Amino acid sequence: MFTAAAIAILFALTLAVIRAIRGPTVFDRVLAGNSIGTLAILLLAVVGFLNGRPEWLDVALTYGFLNVISTLAVLKYFRHGDLAYDAEEDKAQ
Amino acid sequence: MTGVLIDILSWGFILAGSAFVIVGAIGLVRMPDLYTRMHAASVTDTVGAGLLLVGLMLQAGLSLVMLKLLFLMALFFFMGPVATHALAQAALGEDVKPLLHEDRRNRLKAKDAEPDTATAEKGD
Repeated sequence: MFTAAAIAILFALTLAVIRAIRGPTVFDRVLAGNSIGTLAILLLAVVGFLNGRPEWLDVALTYGFLNVISTLAVLKYFRHGDLAYDAEEDKAQ
Repeated sequence: MTGVLIDILSWGFILAGSAFVIVGAIGLVRMPDLYTRMHAASVTDTVGAGLLLVGLMLQAGLSLVMLKLLFLMALFFFMGPVATHALAQAALGEDVKPLLHEDRRNRLKAKDAEPDTATAEKGD
């Protein structure tokens, strides 16, 4: 059963990679990257159970936080062209 | 007996989760513009991941592993919408237009304009 779930997730990963390569705008690529991160987390969890070692969930959790932070950082960069952008500072000037 | 029941239940959850993950990924490739693709990707993030993790939780039983899976679910629950919102906001800020069959703002404008022409005709 875990094998079936792993195969389904791998298939979804392939489709997400196709979108990341084809994506016309940079936001499509960010969206595909975020989906790839989500699917990687799920794959880590399922493969951990598949091998009978669910301790891999720690890696999955870490990867989840990294995924969110990297997505937000990339979006901030493309929105403001600057990772140190501060809306409050911008208002004060 | 209850062990078999829990196994069957968790298999159902895992299979349903896998199905939703695949559906979301197909939508990610097939949908016509960025905003509909975000909608499809959120299916993977919410229902797919949620059902899969619930299925794994039933397999894990009451243990530390279940707690970690709960944390993962909370992560998806809170961070998925945040990332999606930031993405839509950034895309709108960069003037990525949604693909529309018809711009309803034009219809509203036409409606606003109509009473004026009607009164003008009456005045004539």
